[in-house]
Amino acid sequence: MPAVSKGDGMRGLAVFISDIRNCKSKEAEIKRINKELANIRSKFKGDKALDGYSKKKYVCKLLFIFLLGHDIDFGHMEAVNLLSSNRYTEKQIGYLFISVLVNSNSELIRLINNAIKNDLASRNPTFMGLALHCIANVGSREMAEAFAGEIPKILVAGDTMDSVKQSAALCLLRLYRTSPDLVPMGDWTSRVVHLLNDQHLGVVTAATSLITTLAQKNPEEFKTSVSLAVSRLSRIVTSASTDLQDYTYYFVPAPWLSVKLLRLLQCYPPPEPAVRGRLTECLETILNKAQEPPKSKKVQHSNAKNAVLFEAISLIIHHDSEPNLLVRACNQLGQFLQHRETNLRYLALESMCTLASSEFSHEAVKTHIETVINALKTERDVSVRQRAVDLLYAMCDRSNAQQIVAEMLSYLETADYSIREEIVLKVAILAEKYAVDYTWYVDTILNLIRIAGDYVSEEVWYRVIQIVINRDDVQGYAAKTVFEALQAPACHENLVKVGGYILGEFGNLIAGDPRSSPLIQFSLLHSKFHLCSVPTRALLLSTYIKFVNLFPEVKATIQDVLRSDSQLKNADVELQQRAVEYLRLSTIASTDILATVLEEMPPFPERESSILAKLKKKKGPSTVTDLEETKRERSADVNGGAEPAPASASAASTPSPSADLLGLGAVPPAPTGPPPSSGGGGGLLVDVFSDSASAVAPLAPGSEDNFARFVCKNNGVLFENQLLQIGLKSEFRQNLGRMFIFYGNKTSTQFLNFTPTLICSDGLQSNLNLQTKPVDPTVDGGAQVQQVVNIECLSDFSEAPVLNIQFRYGGTFQNVSVKLPITLNKFFQPTEMASQDFFQRWKQLSNPQQEVQNIFKAKHPMDTEITKAKIIGFGSALLEEVDPNPANFVGAGIIHTKTTQIGCLLRLEPNLQAQMYRLTVRTSKDTVSQRLCGLLSEQF
Amino acid sequence: MQFMLLFSRQGKLRLQKWYVPLSDKEKKKITRELVQTVLARKPKMCSFLEWRDLKIVYKRYASLYFCCAIEDQDNELITLEIIHRYVELLDKYFGSVCELDIIFNFEKAYFILDEFLLGGEVQETSKKNVLKAIEQADLLQEDAK
Repeated sequence: MPAVSKGDGMRGLAVFISDIRNCKSKEAEIKRINKELANIRSKFKGDKALDGYSKKKYVCKLLFIFLLGHDIDFGHMEAVNLLSSNRYTEKQIGYLFISVLVNSNSELIRLINNAIKNDLASRNPTFMGLALHCIANVGSREMAEAFAGEIPKILVAGDTMDSVKQSAALCLLRLYRTSPDLVPMGDWTSRVVHLLNDQHLGVVTAATSLITTLAQKNPEEFKTSVSLAVSRLSRIVTSASTDLQDYTYYFVPAPWLSVKLLRLLQCYPPPEPAVRGRLTECLETILNKAQEPPKSKKVQHSNAKNAVLFEAISLIIHHDSEPNLLVRACNQLGQFLQHRETNLRYLALESMCTLASSEFSHEAVKTHIETVINALKTERDVSVRQRAVDLLYAMCDRSNAQQIVAEMLSYLETADYSIREEIVLKVAILAEKYAVDYTWYVDTILNLIRIAGDYVSEEVWYRVIQIVINRDDVQGYAAKTVFEALQAPACHENLVKVGGYILGEFGNLIAGDPRSSPLIQFSLLHSKFHLCSVPTRALLLSTYIKFVNLFPEVKATIQDVLRSDSQLKNADVELQQRAVEYLRLSTIASTDILATVLEEMPPFPERESSILAKLKKKKGPSTVTDLEETKRERSADVNGGAEPAPASASAASTPSPSADLLGLGAVPPAPTGPPPSSGGGGGLLVDVFSDSASAVAPLAPGSEDNFARFVCKNNGVLFENQLLQIGLKSEFRQNLGRMFIFYGNKTSTQFLNFTPTLICSDGLQSNLNLQTKPVDPTVDGGAQVQQVVNIECLSDFSEAPVLNIQFRYGGTFQNVSVKLPITLNKFFQPTEMASQDFFQRWKQLSNPQQEVQNIFKAKHPMDTEITKAKIIGFGSALLEEVDPNPANFVGAGIIHTKTTQIGCLLRLEPNLQAQMYRLTVRTSKDTVSQRLCGLLSEQF
Repeated sequence: MQFMLLFSRQGKLRLQKWYVPLSDKEKKKITRELVQTVLARKPKMCSFLEWRDLKIVYKRYASLYFCCAIEDQDNELITLEIIHRYVELLDKYFGSVCELDIIFNFEKAYFILDEFLLGGEVQETSKKNVLKAIEQADLLQEDAK
């Protein structure tokens, strides 16, 4: 036991901890703990009231036991009791226990909140501090509900002590992170911005964190912070190292605050010219300081200084507008690439990766290629080598592709297993992307298979075959090369697959050479046959039958092979079937038929490499962006250029022209039905490169169609992509409704910061009232969360609310928007009436504005039963035997809004011959007639 | 910052501070995984590593590893200095701190951390101000005696 612990020695606690430490085995420890738990339980239950000190001691012991990793299911009440103690340390231990062992018992929460409320009102800064720390540490929704309104007041009140302000700012930040909806923006926001001018640097530091987080979601509200942050930063970077006293850290003035200010500025685009000049000066000063000799040899000095420098470089890259600064940043990072500190080399590689994608600095980054290659060879830490691979990939373009690919290939021979697959994918992508000469491409992929065959995924070898088939200039070379590669005594099975496929297609191109005559080709492939897995053998059997067509001279040999027991009676059904069928085919089919059936494969449709999709999936899309994609992102018109991207229409209509990056040209526009399932196809819907989290994604393609499907029904799947499925279930009565939205995580990875938001335009807001509670910000892989929306129709409306979902998945920001099918007809109550009544009312609604008519072509087969079901699904009553013409459909109902009820009549006249419909809607209100007619016309 | 862990060379967890809501089960899993990963690394290796979608920043002081998980845009070097400043604070408070101090006075270690970092963000970087707050608290309890 150490001499005396500082502060309050709780002797009993120290003895207990010593006992635990002296336990020789896990069992002994558990025994000792159980003994202690029994003791504490009996004390808590005992007749004798415990004094504050004992209570504190026992609560502290429980805490210790919990932190050792054992479960604690009692003591909460005693801890809560401590909160109302007047003794500081008792209160403090109570709060610590509450913060560590958060409990969801509502009665307990009420008591805790009460105690916190008292402390916040106590005007005793230490007590207030404890209470705020507790709120920040727990950060639960209940806490936010209870205190999110109060804390902004404490934060901006004139008489609040500095230390309390600091705690209040970060406390609010924590609540905002968990429950942004409960922290309403208001008058206090502008006063918070002015805390950037506060005299107390601790207050400024805390406030800057808060402002940064708030500004990310509400950039408009906080934009005045930009100029204040710049002037604060400027004062810091120009101050002498002693000016800031205790805020100077190893001769670096206020490094934490500087980093935070630079981070805040990254929430915004480059500021207006006046402020911009000052900011540029600051950034230049920071870059200059990096060149000065260090003021101390301590690593803390260099770390703090470089922390600011790296953050400044991040800001320069974020603005991506000052070529001069970008190149200077690049040179600075270049120096770090050879620094003796591993940490700096790591960060320089990482930071340069982003620089490589700026067109201003791409060339400057490329000059460091030798250093980076050297890093790949000599770094002793795999995480650093990984960064070097990333950077090589990012800096690769046509001019250096051969060199980079060669280096990556040679690194692959010794690379760590953990990163091999990724390197294989990267090499395959670069080789394809920058191949001028496809023989180089073929060589590279075969090398990949030779060096790291186990890590070559299907996508990679499929792709090489696609490319060879599509380019006739490389087919002969490919056949020759695989033939040579197959000569190796031990070759990887993936090579047998590629070789088998290519020789089966193009073996004839090399058959003229006696060294690769048909029989030799066949014997070579067949020598590998028995060592291969079933799928490969199946592929080889197909090669053999292709040989039968290509080379009649080996037909007999091949038939012998197919006829052998090991094929015809193979235990594997697939192999057996192929052998039987191919044998029959070769015997009975004429040469012409054989030639037709076994014709060379037609070219594959040009499409995006599935390898790229795979890499994106593996690494998260943002990491594989490259210069070309970035350029494409910049100039929106390129989107519509040579390779029409399906999302370009939606991208053009949005301020963020980056929506289509994942989709590239891969998938044709899908007007209806489920989103395409190919690799990154789902990414069309996801605005991955969005800089500001507040930007609402453009409506997902297909959203309109899905929306229309819900007009006549209430349940179903509203949206689905690779990551997320959104299902709906809703019910309506009169002017009220309730909708259950189910969000399903289709992946095995958690979604973080999952925030669905309902967006109603201003006009819609006054007509439709939506109430909902936020959902849990984490959605576990495979899990589904539910959100309930309560709906009230105030008056008739014609727009639809938008559901925007933002979340983080595997490090990337996802942003999806869909129209939520809450439509006016949902508030229909059907009305039955007789023919006479119907036509009487019909005549009453004869004012021209009350009637809306639409004649349209049938989009679906004209089926009476389906039409009836749709009209009923639409919400109106379907009136039989009302219309003199039995082929027509008539309906009646009342739309309920909070303010009025609107009677509606409708008549649908199908014309089978012309495949047309005429729809007439009459209601007492013109806007209602229009909307209902519009909605219903889309249904047939 | 999402969380901070302190553990010994033997892999014993000495302090855990979570700034994001996670279940106890998840916390234990993360701890186990990270302790293993970090302990397996050789000295002189770089102090940063990618882990899941987070960045891990760690540093060893004598027998203790200090390990922070930060998000993608967070600054690694300044996090390294957050660790150092915390060590300095402990050192100053306990008078050349050792692992035993943190074991026997774990509650103090948490209190000091709360004064320095709150909600995962730096609250007060001035060593003087943080220690003043803690010492004031100690004084309050002396009075109460």
